[in-house]
Amino acid sequence: MTEQLREAATAGGDVRLTGIGKTYGAFTAVQPLDLTVPQGSFFALLGASGCGKTTTLRMIAGLEEPTSGTVLIGGQDVTALPPYKRPVNTVFQSYALFPHLDIFENVAFGLRRRGKKDVKKQVEEMLELVELGPYARRKPHQLSGGQQQRVAVARALINHPQVLLLDEPLGALDLKLRRQMQLELKRIQTEVGITFVHVTHDQEEAMTMADTIAVMNGGRVEQLGAPADLYENPGSTFVANFLGQSNLIPAEVTGSADGSLLLSAGGARLAMPKARCATEASSVYLGVRPEKITIAGADSEVAEGRNRITGTVVDSSFIGVSTQYVVRAETGQELAVFEQNMDRDTRLTPGAPVVLHWNPAHSFGLDAAQAIDAGTGEAAA
Amino acid sequence: MTATAEAAPTQVIPLQDRPPRRRLTPYWLLLPGLAWLVVFFVVPMVYQASTSLQTGSLEQGFQLTWHFSTYWDALSEYKWHFVRSFGFSAIATLLCLAIGYPLAYTIAFKASKRWRNVILILVIAPFFTSFLIRTLAWKTILSDSGPVVETLNALHLLSLTDAIGLTTGQRLLATPLAVICGLTYNFLPFMILPLYTSLERIDPRLHEAAGDLYARPFTTFRKVTFPISLPGVVAGTLLTFIPASGDYINAQLLGSPSEQMIGNAIQKQFLNVLDYPTAAALSFILMALILGMVTVYMRKAGTEELV
Ligand SMILES: Nc1ncnc2c1ncn2[C@@H]1O[C@H](COP(=O)(O)OP(=O)(O)OP(=O)(O)O)[C@@H](O)[C@H]1O
Ligand SMILES: [Mg+2]
Repeated sequence: MTEQLREAATAGGDVRLTGIGKTYGAFTAVQPLDLTVPQGSFFALLGASGCGKTTTLRMIAGLEEPTSGTVLIGGQDVTALPPYKRPVNTVFQSYALFPHLDIFENVAFGLRRRGKKDVKKQVEEMLELVELGPYARRKPHQLSGGQQQRVAVARALINHPQVLLLDEPLGALDLKLRRQMQLELKRIQTEVGITFVHVTHDQEEAMTMADTIAVMNGGRVEQLGAPADLYENPGSTFVANFLGQSNLIPAEVTGSADGSLLLSAGGARLAMPKARCATEASSVYLGVRPEKITIAGADSEVAEGRNRITGTVVDSSFIGVSTQYVVRAETGQELAVFEQNMDRDTRLTPGAPVVLHWNPAHSFGLDAAQAIDAGTGEAAA
Repeated sequence: MTATAEAAPTQVIPLQDRPPRRRLTPYWLLLPGLAWLVVFFVVPMVYQASTSLQTGSLEQGFQLTWHFSTYWDALSEYKWHFVRSFGFSAIATLLCLAIGYPLAYTIAFKASKRWRNVILILVIAPFFTSFLIRTLAWKTILSDSGPVVETLNALHLLSLTDAIGLTTGQRLLATPLAVICGLTYNFLPFMILPLYTSLERIDPRLHEAAGDLYARPFTTFRKVTFPISLPGVVAGTLLTFIPASGDYINAQLLGSPSEQMIGNAIQKQFLNVLDYPTAAALSFILMALILGMVTVYMRKAGTEELV
C-alpha cells in the first residue's frame, strides 16, 4: 500500500494558494493570502480559535467557495472543481462519520465510489494501522471520541490523496494517545510522502510535527517558517507570545556597534544582534525566551558582555524538571524565567533580590508599535 | 445547601430498599393514561368484539351467540372493498412519498430559514379547514367541465388513464383516480412532516464528507441521505397508509359506488343497514389486516437497526 501511496504523492502535490480570501457578508474570515505548500511536506496551520484555519482548509478541499483568488494543486487550477473531483481528502473537525454505516464501510466509502478492487484487504490494512481492527463491524456511535477520530483519519488516508487535509484531527484524544497518533501520523507522512496540511491550535503539536508552520491571526498569515526558525526569530509579538512564551521588554535603540544594537530599557543597558531585530524603528521590544535567562542572587558576579537586569522574585513554582520564576524587573515588567533544576539556589524565594542575565545573541527585536500582549491568553480574552 | 445534603444519601439507596411509596411513584403517574386507555380503548374494543359475535336484529335485540361465521361472510362479501382500500391507499402512499420527499428535502436543505417556516406553514395550512370541506373542494376541482379535466383531455391523458382503468369515460370525478388524488392530497402532510424531521436532523457535514470522498451529488443522496432518512420514510408511509386504508370520505365524495372502500362498507352497515355484527366484524378484519401488513413492513424495513 505504501507503494501506491508514494505513487500518488509523486504525481505532484504542491498546493498553491494565490490571493485566496473569504468574506461572509461584511465579515472577513480569511484575508487574501498567498501560500505555497511544497509537495510532500508536513504543513501546519496554527492559530487561535476563530482565526480562519478551518475556512482556509475548506477552500482547499472545495467545500467553501473562495471570495477571491485561486487554488492550484499539483499545478492544476482546481478553484472551480467540486470536492469530489479534487485529489484531496479531509479529516473533518467534527469527524462527520456516516452514522448508518459501520466502521468498515465508512473507511471503504471512498474506495467504493471509485470502484477500486480488493477493498476488503485495503480496509483491513488501514484499520490495522489505526488499531481499530476489532471494531470493524461497529457503528460510529458505539466508539469513543478518540476511536471515531481515528476512523476519520483512516477514511481519508485510505484514498491515497495527493493532499491530506486534517482539521484538528487529534483534538479529542487524551495526551498519551495524542502523542502516539502524532508520531503515527508523522511516520505515515514521511513514509508515503503525501502532502499534509494540518490545522491545529496546539503550538506544541505544530512544532513537533510540521516541517513548516504558518501562524494565522485574525484571518491573516502572520509568519511562516520552520518551527525552530519561528521560535527563535518571531516576526511579531503575536508569534512571539503564541509560540511558546516570551519576555518582551520595551526599549529604545541608542546606537550600534559591530553588528549589535545598543538599547536602553528603564535603567538597564542591553544589546542584541542587529540581524535578529525585525524592525528599523527606534522604539522596540527586546524579546528573550524564559529558558535562555540565568537567574542568580543579586550579589552574584555577571560576566562582561551579557545582558543584565536586576529585580525581585515575585513567584516561584517548582514543576519537576525546572523551576519557573516570575521576577519583577527594575524596568517595570514581570519577566518569566525557566531554570533547570540542577543546583537549586534555595535563596531564590519570593521577595529575594536577584540578577537576571543572558547572552545578547539570544535576544530578538520587534517593533514596539504592536500590542505587547498579542497572542497571549489575556489578549484573546 | 442543607436540603441537598440531606437528599443526597437517598440517591445511593438501591432500588429494592427504597420506601415502597417512592417505588410506586412512576405507576401512579401512569394511572391517568392507563385509565384513559381502559375507558376509551379497551372497553370499546371488548364491546365491539362481543357485538361482532352476536346475532339478531335491531327490533328483536342482539344476542351473543359466538357466531364466528359473520367474519367469513363479511370477508367474502366485501373482499373487493378490502382490495380497493389497500390498493388505493398503497398508490396514494407512493404518490405522497414521491411528492413529499422532494418537498421535505427542499425544506430541510435548500430553503433559507425564513422560507423554511413559510413552507412548513403552507404544508399544514389545509388543517385549518375541515377534512370534509377540503374534499368537497376537490369535487369542484375535478368536475367534468373544470379546467383540470379540460387540460388533461386536451393532452389526451385521460384516454391513457381510461386505458389502464384508472378513469372511465374521459372524466375524473367518480373514478379510482379521483379517490386516489383525494387520498394523496389529504394525507400528504402526514408524509411530509416525519420526512422533514428525519432529513432536518442530518448533519450537512455528512454531505460534505461524502463529496470529499468522491461521491457525486446523486450518489451522496443514494448512499448517505436516503438511508439515513429511512426512519422518516417508514414513519411517513405508516402514517399515510393506515388512516388512508380506513378512510371513507374520499371514496364517498369523489368516487362512485364502484370505488367504495372498506370504510364505506363499515359506515353503511353501522348507519344504514344497522347490521352491527357485520360492521364490527369488518372493523376487526380491517384492523387485523393492517396490523399484519405493518408487521411485515417493519420487519422488512428493519427499523430497529435504523433508529
Ligand atoms: N458560515 C459562516 N458565516 C459567518 N461567519 C463564519 C462562517 N463560518 C465561519 N465564520 C467565521 O469565520 C471565522 C473563521 O472561522 P474558522 O472556522 O475558519 O475558524 P478556525 O480558525 O477553524 O477556529 P477553530 O480553531 O475554533 O476551529 C470565525 O470568526 C467564524 O465565526
Ligand atoms: Mg476550525
